[in-house]
Amino acid sequence: MATITTTRDGVPRAASQPTRGRPGRGFGTIGGYLGRTILALFFAFPIIFMFVSSLKPDDQIFADLSSLRAFLPVGDISMDNYKDVFDTVPAWRFLANSIGISVLTVVLGILVNSLAAFALSRMRWRGRGFVLAAIIATLVVPFETFALPLLWWANKLPWLVMQNGQPMWTFGWLDSYQVQIIPFIANAFSIYLYYSYFSTIPKGLDEAARIDGASWFRIYRSIVMPLSGPATATVAILTFLPAWNQFLWPLMAVQSENLRPVMVGVQYFFQLDVAWGAMMAYASLITIPVLALFLSFQRAFIGSIASSGVKG
Amino acid sequence: MSRFMIGRRGTAVLAGVTTAALALSACGVASTSSGGSAGELTLWTHNAGNPAELGVVNQIVADYNASQSKYTVKLQAFPQESYNDAVVAAATAKKLPCVLDADAPTVPNWAYAGYLTPLDLPQDLVSKQLKSTLGNYQGKLYSIGMYDAALGLFARKSALEAAGVRIATVDNPWTAQEFADALAKIKADGKYQYAFDLGTGDSGTEWWTYGYSPFLQSFGGDLIDRNGYKTAGGVLNGDAALKWATWFQGLVKNGYTPAKSSTDAFADFVNGKSAMVWSGIWHSGNLSKLGADGIVMPPPDFGNGPKIGGGSWQWAVSSTCGEKAAAMDYITFSLNKKYLAEMAEKQNVIPATEEAAAMVDGWQPGGAKRFFLDESAKYATIRPPTPGYPFLTTTFAKAAQDIIAGGDPKKILDQAVSDIDADLKANNHYGF
Repeated sequence: MATITTTRDGVPRAASQPTRGRPGRGFGTIGGYLGRTILALFFAFPIIFMFVSSLKPDDQIFADLSSLRAFLPVGDISMDNYKDVFDTVPAWRFLANSIGISVLTVVLGILVNSLAAFALSRMRWRGRGFVLAAIIATLVVPFETFALPLLWWANKLPWLVMQNGQPMWTFGWLDSYQVQIIPFIANAFSIYLYYSYFSTIPKGLDEAARIDGASWFRIYRSIVMPLSGPATATVAILTFLPAWNQFLWPLMAVQSENLRPVMVGVQYFFQLDVAWGAMMAYASLITIPVLALFLSFQRAFIGSIASSGVKG
Repeated sequence: MSRFMIGRRGTAVLAGVTTAALALSACGVASTSSGGSAGELTLWTHNAGNPAELGVVNQIVADYNASQSKYTVKLQAFPQESYNDAVVAAATAKKLPCVLDADAPTVPNWAYAGYLTPLDLPQDLVSKQLKSTLGNYQGKLYSIGMYDAALGLFARKSALEAAGVRIATVDNPWTAQEFADALAKIKADGKYQYAFDLGTGDSGTEWWTYGYSPFLQSFGGDLIDRNGYKTAGGVLNGDAALKWATWFQGLVKNGYTPAKSSTDAFADFVNGKSAMVWSGIWHSGNLSKLGADGIVMPPPDFGNGPKIGGGSWQWAVSSTCGEKAAAMDYITFSLNKKYLAEMAEKQNVIPATEEAAAMVDGWQPGGAKRFFLDESAKYATIRPPTPGYPFLTTTFAKAAQDIIAGGDPKKILDQAVSDIDADLKANNHYGF
């Protein structure tokens, strides 16, 4: 029987599993690097185009389209488009809203979904298989199909507010921050991802802890979660991206401008006379946090994807 | 099993939660209603991201709020591209504002769906307005606009002169033959990649209908038989429609226009890629980049007179508004000629009344901008005022895209008629 060890990146691996050696000679050749460079540039072009165009006036963006100049910061370069962004859209407000909504959704999502996965993966209880199947089944239902029923429900749900120093119930979550966060905390994909990952952690660790008198929550907190860093990183990224990219839901559920997230702001630029340069500047601004997050977590993210075989 | 039994600590937690829930249930209930709280009129507008138009609306709201003390109008601006979705979602949740603006062709649909209430405005105010700024449905006025927009054939004077074709005017537009000759000559000149850019890069459904159905109407066809609004048969797939489709497709086949324009056909026109472009008044500011070489002309007459789409954004009152009289009062206030004039000046749109036009430089008779007002008054055709319009426009846009892509015009138009008639039948002809 293979012994389980934990690698530096936290991914459990059988000790007898061969480690990956140096890349083959073919990959080390100039051709290999050239191919990778071309591929990297191919995928980077849209982002380079976005950042470069954000510095150009509209007419120049279109004039440069038919040449490589489209990807080079040449010509009439300035930060005017960024100034226009802040004249057109309350960009800082939208960014702050999106950061708050996304971070809360991620943090609460990690907590709720990992706990659910822990109960499904480590504890034995009647109906566990059915619950897991029901959760996985929800993955095939696209959000658009239940957006309206969700809106209807969100408009009926109670919320406690303070009015004149008195606690009062209001009904309807529409036009609030909570309506942009709470419905997206529980996530079937995250539960399944955690469930898959937890299943790779030996149950012998739980048993040893139980013998030592640890509670289930202690096992979750002190053993399972610390060993699940890559899964948590993956869940964080896969929760953050849709939370950051939310468009349809806030459009339907939020009316006040000061509650809107960044993606709704993109539409501010789609006037009859589209301000392409300003739009590129806004797109650049709202891409930076996502890029920063991905670059921070990319090792763990790739590690988890590779180990769980999950395609994001 | 014991691990699932609730222990003393669990009982205490449960008791605490229950007590808290009971305490909370004793709290009062705060109520909110559609359209704002007492003394407050909510107003939704489509122009977030458009500082010019939003600035004028903000000014009107501020002036109205200062002019009386009974009501406070609270403005909420949405981006135009997603405005309709926000309104429909709000209607679903019964959270419509009191006053809202609506794009003219959607007004009958929203009236039919019960979102809107008929307007009760002073007749002398309504009678002064351009016809295309009034949103009528089933004989009742549901919306009224501060302005209208118009399309035009933007061209380079030098390109026309080089090709030896005359400049068309509102009173003397090109015939179909003159237009065909102009396209052939400009193409033969070889200076421009395209003689005429239709602006087909805009994937938005409404542009395809607003932009290209007037050509169909000029040929003698239409989106629906306006005599009863019960079928599209004969008008969208008759001989005239087929002639339009063949001509429309021919623009691409003959290399006059790109099958798919870039995302900004007007920028291409300014950059010298095309000699003419089909676009709207909203680009007339950009035309000045060409100096005296930039001109605008009416569309050609394909047999039934030149046509352009009529009707832009208009104000309406929701049926759930608790303060309808106040909402009507606000709309009446907003239609003051000084605001119409200010809107026309700031937003570069056609003022809704002659009185307002007289107050703005360029819009008076003979003025530089007067072209659009004269063109609109003479050639604007309201898009079919039927609740079925959203389906009409989607279907027509798809058909037009398929025709441009090279499909069989007759098959495409027959299919469009079949789809539209099926929708009309499924919806009991929307009350007609």
